[in-house]
Amino acid sequence: MFAFFVGFVFSCFSWWSPATIAVVVAQQPPVDAQKGKELYLKYSCYACHGYDGHGGAGARLVPLAMTVERFTAYVHNPRQMPPYTEKILSDAQLADLFAYIKSLPVSPAAKDIPLLSRIINQRP
Amino acid sequence: MANARENSLGRRRFLKGAAASAAALVANSAPISARPQEAGAARPNPAAPPNAQLAADTEPPPRRVASRLVERPGSDFMVDVIKSLGFEYVAANPGSSFEGLHESIINYGDNKLPELLTCCHEESSVAMAHGYAKIEGKPMLSLVHGNIGLQHASMAIYNAYADRVPVVVIAGNWRDAGTRNNGVNSYHSAQDMALIVRDYVKWDDEPASLTAFAESAVRAYKIAMTPPMEPVLLVIDHDIQLHAMGDARPRIPRLTMPSPPAGEPGAVREAARLLVVAENPRINAGRAARTPNGIALLVELAELLQAPVNGGGDRVNFPSRHPLAGSGTGAGDVILNLEVQGGGGPGFGGAARGANAKTINISSLELFIKSNLQDFQHMPDADIVIAADAEATLPALVEEVRRQLTADRKRTLQERGKKIADAHHQARVAAAEAAAFGWESSPISLARLSAELWAQIEREDWSLVSWQGFVSGWPGRLWNFDKHYRYIGGQGAGAMGYGAPAAVGAALANRKHGRLSISIQTDGDLNYAPGVLWTACHHQIPLLTVMHNNRAYHQEVMFIQQMASQRNRGGDRAHIGTTLRDPNIDYAKMAQAYGMYGEGPISDPKALAPAITRALDRVKRGEPALIDVITQPR
Repeated sequence: MFAFFVGFVFSCFSWWSPATIAVVVAQQPPVDAQKGKELYLKYSCYACHGYDGHGGAGARLVPLAMTVERFTAYVHNPRQMPPYTEKILSDAQLADLFAYIKSLPVSPAAKDIPLLSRIINQRP
Repeated sequence: MANARENSLGRRRFLKGAAASAAALVANSAPISARPQEAGAARPNPAAPPNAQLAADTEPPPRRVASRLVERPGSDFMVDVIKSLGFEYVAANPGSSFEGLHESIINYGDNKLPELLTCCHEESSVAMAHGYAKIEGKPMLSLVHGNIGLQHASMAIYNAYADRVPVVVIAGNWRDAGTRNNGVNSYHSAQDMALIVRDYVKWDDEPASLTAFAESAVRAYKIAMTPPMEPVLLVIDHDIQLHAMGDARPRIPRLTMPSPPAGEPGAVREAARLLVVAENPRINAGRAARTPNGIALLVELAELLQAPVNGGGDRVNFPSRHPLAGSGTGAGDVILNLEVQGGGGPGFGGAARGANAKTINISSLELFIKSNLQDFQHMPDADIVIAADAEATLPALVEEVRRQLTADRKRTLQERGKKIADAHHQARVAAAEAAAFGWESSPISLARLSAELWAQIEREDWSLVSWQGFVSGWPGRLWNFDKHYRYIGGQGAGAMGYGAPAAVGAALANRKHGRLSISIQTDGDLNYAPGVLWTACHHQIPLLTVMHNNRAYHQEVMFIQQMASQRNRGGDRAHIGTTLRDPNIDYAKMAQAYGMYGEGPISDPKALAPAITRALDRVKRGEPALIDVITQPR
């Protein structure tokens, strides 16, 4: 995540001096999964995706296969879910959100859960 | 208890004081014309109730018959009529407009067949009747107070109407203005009381005599029970209930139910032809199976055709684990819709529809569409429309399909059936795999809640008496719905306040069959009229209520969130006006307050199974129990 920001800043401002770049990079706040969690709750992401990102009315987010760039682009201009433009959630906030979702634990497989494996094997 | 007594005494003292003040005002009053208006003159206390209300609240009931007893009141005969129709229960919140009938039911009728169920709200009375009918297949009676009780009941009547469920409602009325008192009796009277709900009852009447009552009651029952089944309303005069019968006992007409309307043979033959030659037919069932036989007939048809059946969500139309259950594969070329509201639009059940697909609609609603309300949905597109009851038409359709199937065609269809069975199995495995997501989450996932419940009820004769829509259909994806009473479907018109009382009514119907009733109860719905928990306790109705407590009217959270986002305002205020937090509601304590076993809140998924076990132990002993589970939103 941090590397992404460094790369992004470097490519945008490559005509700047190394000293200036260093200052800009230093000013970028590091991604913060805790802030991402606060945003996840504040903007009711849980309403559709569940408190742990395991889905519900909306898609399952865990494990999240998207890159942060794709994630940011999608949230700003989604196909299905309500849009959250840059005015509402900045790229930096979405980076925090992305970090939080990435931190969420993956569920065990159904075959490893006795209650569910029984259901799979039950006869009609 | 001490507090309750003090409060009661306090209210009496208040009323007594208010009565004294009011009496003083009356005593001191002079004719208006003789009394000049005085600036700043003392005015009556606006909080004091009017005299008529005070009298109604504080004085003994007026003596209606000064010098003689009424030996054979008209309402006794009404009970005879009601008994002749086989009602088991009558749900009511008491109201003086039907006081005569109330007294006759509990004394003359010995409070048996029907037994009076004490309800805390008329919406609960009718919704209980709604749930009861969906299990028992026949109506419960509901008594409601003139005007006010009927208005309280109106939403539940509309739900039953939209859900095509028979309920017989009786409302009291003081029809004769010449004998009616001013005050509350007038507030509870109307020239045309049925007007309040006429848009969503199938039939109503206000019989002017006992003879007319007998005929109207039998007719009402018959109309309610003829497909499409719907609620009906009788308005009964207060004074007819109280007056003594004449010497001649009126006749009670014999109830002879009409055979339900079945499809015209020519149309059925053509429908069968389309289905037999179809390469990829699909069957969509809405409120098709009215009885267990409806399920058996649909299984027979599906197996003959080797066609997939989308059972919908309104009834158990088809066993959920039958290999042909589901949407099959590929695009359908012939779609058979059985009692599907609106004839089944392209979106029904997600069934894929080929570009040139032929559609056959069979529905009794073709025979009955009225009302200002748009519950009848869009005008359906169809190639064959059969205006008839689907279940009554299925025997002829099955026979016609059987007749038209050749041996070669049967062999081809068997191959199709194997593919559909494979798709069904894959869907079952996919559902179980999806249920694993968030398995360890807290709040508890609805899939886990459903799986934990299933593990403890699957060997019982269970019945799910709540709607699955708000729990993402998890029971339907994980449980084996193989009998008609396994599930009662939803509200009908989508109105909250139905869930808790319908569950209690359905559980009451299940009680005599020894079935285990389970309700996954949404928190928003329960808060409409939670007094039905007391009714369940009072009448010892065994029912396990598992709260789906997501602390919100969650559908609305998502709607407001979407609205705000579409307007580029974010969703951070979507909780305002849509959530039930701050303070959180303690449903275990709520249950306990009504006299019910209550446990929770439970948010640790590992604590859920033991809690279910403890609550089920209570239910199996014949009492209701509630566990409050803090859940994921959906």
